[in-house]
Amino acid sequence: MDEAAPIVAIDGLVKRFLARGRTTTALDGLSARILPGRITGIVGPDGAGKTTLMRLIAGLLLPDAGSIRVLGRDAVAEAEAIQAEIGYMPQRFGLYEELSAAENLALYADLHRIDAAARAQRFAELLRFTGLAPFQDRRAGKLSGGMKQKLGLACALLARPRLLLLDEPSVGVDPVSRRELWRIVENLVGEGITVLWSTAYLDEAERCAEVLLIDGGTLLAAGRPAEFAARMDGRSYAVAVPESGRRALQRRLARDPAVVDAQIQGAAVRIVLAEGAPAPAGAVRVAPRLEDAFVARLAHVRARGESARPTLAARAAADGPAIETRALVRDFGSFRAVDGISFSVARGEVFGLLGPNGAGKSTTFKMLCGLLPPSSGTARVAGVDLGHAPARARERLGYMAQRFSLYGDLSVRENLEFFGGACNLRGARLGARIDWVLDGFGLRAVAAALSGELPLGYKQRLALGCALIHEPEILFLDEPTSGVDPLSRREFWSQIGLLADHGVTVLVTSHFMEEAEYCDRLCLIYRGRTIAMGTPDGLKRRAASAALPDPTLDDAFVHLVADYDREHPP
Amino acid sequence: MSGRLISFMRLRGLVRKEGLQILRDPSSIIIALIMPIVLILLHGYGISLDPRDVPVGVVVARPTADTAGLFTALSNSPFLKPIAFADVREAEDALRRRRVDGFIVLREDFSRNAGGLARPAPIQLVVNGVDANSARILQGYVEGAVVTWVGSTAGERRSPIAAPIALDHRYWFNAELRSANFIVPGLIAMVMTLIGALLTAMVVSREWERGTMEALMVTPASMTEIMLAKLLSYFTLGMGGMAVSVGLAIFLFGVPFRGSFAMLTVIAMTFLIAALGMGLLISTVARNQFVAAQAAFVTTYMPALMLSGFLFDIGTMPAPIQAITHIVAARYFVDALQTIFLAGNVWAVLLPNLAALAGFAVFFFVLTLWRSRGRLD
Repeated sequence: MDEAAPIVAIDGLVKRFLARGRTTTALDGLSARILPGRITGIVGPDGAGKTTLMRLIAGLLLPDAGSIRVLGRDAVAEAEAIQAEIGYMPQRFGLYEELSAAENLALYADLHRIDAAARAQRFAELLRFTGLAPFQDRRAGKLSGGMKQKLGLACALLARPRLLLLDEPSVGVDPVSRRELWRIVENLVGEGITVLWSTAYLDEAERCAEVLLIDGGTLLAAGRPAEFAARMDGRSYAVAVPESGRRALQRRLARDPAVVDAQIQGAAVRIVLAEGAPAPAGAVRVAPRLEDAFVARLAHVRARGESARPTLAARAAADGPAIETRALVRDFGSFRAVDGISFSVARGEVFGLLGPNGAGKSTTFKMLCGLLPPSSGTARVAGVDLGHAPARARERLGYMAQRFSLYGDLSVRENLEFFGGACNLRGARLGARIDWVLDGFGLRAVAAALSGELPLGYKQRLALGCALIHEPEILFLDEPTSGVDPLSRREFWSQIGLLADHGVTVLVTSHFMEEAEYCDRLCLIYRGRTIAMGTPDGLKRRAASAALPDPTLDDAFVHLVADYDREHPP
Repeated sequence: MSGRLISFMRLRGLVRKEGLQILRDPSSIIIALIMPIVLILLHGYGISLDPRDVPVGVVVARPTADTAGLFTALSNSPFLKPIAFADVREAEDALRRRRVDGFIVLREDFSRNAGGLARPAPIQLVVNGVDANSARILQGYVEGAVVTWVGSTAGERRSPIAAPIALDHRYWFNAELRSANFIVPGLIAMVMTLIGALLTAMVVSREWERGTMEALMVTPASMTEIMLAKLLSYFTLGMGGMAVSVGLAIFLFGVPFRGSFAMLTVIAMTFLIAALGMGLLISTVARNQFVAAQAAFVTTYMPALMLSGFLFDIGTMPAPIQAITHIVAARYFVDALQTIFLAGNVWAVLLPNLAALAGFAVFFFVLTLWRSRGRLD
């Protein structure tokens, strides 16, 4: 199969961008081959150059050096001929929100000049294929994230392309929708379409036939996921721990020079050993994954040990739960977004709110932050009733938004001064807190740099620092590492773990299951209700069956949602 | 990117898409139809420069038939509303309280001198000089009323007391000197300048913002087709805005319309293509709606307001500024509209303006096509 002529041939590709008078190199002499009839994953951390590469292949950008040949044609000279034969779904799907699903399809059919007879048949085919037939008259803007994505895919597939480019199609999409997308795309490959799929999720990349690992604009490695994993054989272990002490164990292992990667997974810490290092006593060997190879590979590239370690004074244990909700309800007109959610989070616990898009978890989250009053029920944060004193409750919590809400035009120090000032910190007290963030989060060296120009990992630390500047007892994180690469994600969560061990309570929303593994307890919200609550391992056990004895959290999520739908037909 | 032929099917698909977006997203309709109404009402009533029934005090030291005659003459002027005061102190007080904008004093010897022909009868006029422009206008109206009265009394008495040369004013095209008559047509030009550029600049930058432009570029649709579809759709909407504006001018403000509607349509169409083209050009540079709106405002509306001759007379500007006004498309449109409304189809004025507007339309559209390549960088 490998001897087939490549469908995309890239040689010495260089692409630079000029922004604010400075040149950044997005692609730096990248060469690769993409073979026909399979799914090739483009995997790399944020800013690795994935989107730039996709756009160059689609003929939307001109390379500064090097060549790209797509379907035997030159991507610069024959961009139009190439565009007639490829389908491209950009990150934001390219849909018109005011147009219905059917009208969006009709527009793309007109643009591809598909005649009326062929059109009816193709529409029926695509709508059935994507399961969108019942929603064809709904406006695209009113579709859920997963449905938008499928519609975007249908539009890209209208003209029966030979090559399909998907740019991070699964960002912001829940596990159920992601699985459906994979099923659809795998069927396409069966029809002979070549697919290029870029992603920052490695569990997803594992399903690709071939993976191109890129970082810093160059190709680090290429091959089958199994080959990558095989190279790591004998280096992946699970170390069992009692659930209470897993974060301390993870930190101890992560500092061990014999360990390349240490990651909490349920009640165990999963480690990847350095080459030739002996396994620690009591560790159980586990099957290696693509992610192990990725982390091991990038760990060489990126300097280790720069990870921030904020020092905190342990908090005096206060009475009562940190967060408590009772029969929380929120209506929007006749629509009940949250339908009686009750839970309680102990101090120092990392608690996750999970759920598919539109399940009600963001609404719950907003009510807990005091941004949205509940229609009925009560919510108490740090012992303060949000219904009575939302401002007083807010003083005691820190909030980090999904897209780190920093001022890009302000320096790191200015951002901290601003957020500190907004939390009523003044003078020496403010200065002390800023020093704490700069030193604790390794930001001292970049204090004068504009935060908008920092690498993502630094931005994330700064955002966390801003959320913690007033020493909140409770930290709220809204999908904190969505679309963030595995290395930045690990660093972030090790900081969160440390905070939790010092008594800070952490509430996280996510539909990204790896994030959920870091939580002590999870609450799965679906259709406005709590459908499951428990530890990550507890939820996994509920999904275990003879066919799937060791389910992942992803499997558990899909299983629990499907179970609920079966028992409570909508 | 213009190498590909224009396909009717693609163009129709794109125009239909624009149409559905216009109908479902109220922002374009608000810009094209509601904004002209608001702007014209606001400015049309706000920028009225006509003093009508200006309150003016009259202090008569000794009432006679002559002073009564002059008072009547002042009352007969549509611009003045005389109010009698017993003495100067009372009139001064009224001036301070802004009850009157000025007052005249007819001294005791007024009647004697006016009748006796020996010496001219002095009339004192005191005006509130805070607003120099209004003061001068008031002075003009009072003088006019007095001259009229002197002329008529002289005729009755058959004695040549009036000055040997009588000034006979005649105001062409705007006999009543209503400022609405020339402000509203100019205002239409301002409104069309703004909505033309805003419409296209906003909708194209919206496509960039939402990532739909990127998706369109990978389809066989060419940039020419995409831009042409925008132009066709928003041209239709913009002409709707033009119709609303003209309707308001004629029916609400009573501006006379002396030209032909056919000519008005041709001029408006040409100008609108130029304005929309300017918007498209902005959109090739500004890729988010905020920047696009700012750019449209600063590069089209501000120059149109200052340099088109709408507010400030171009003839009185310094020479370098006068030269700059030649590259403001609105200048030609203001001139053409004021002519077609107030003077009629004066070809010697309309045709050069039309030619200039056509030049702008071609220039902007060609430049836009040249600037917008089917690539992201």
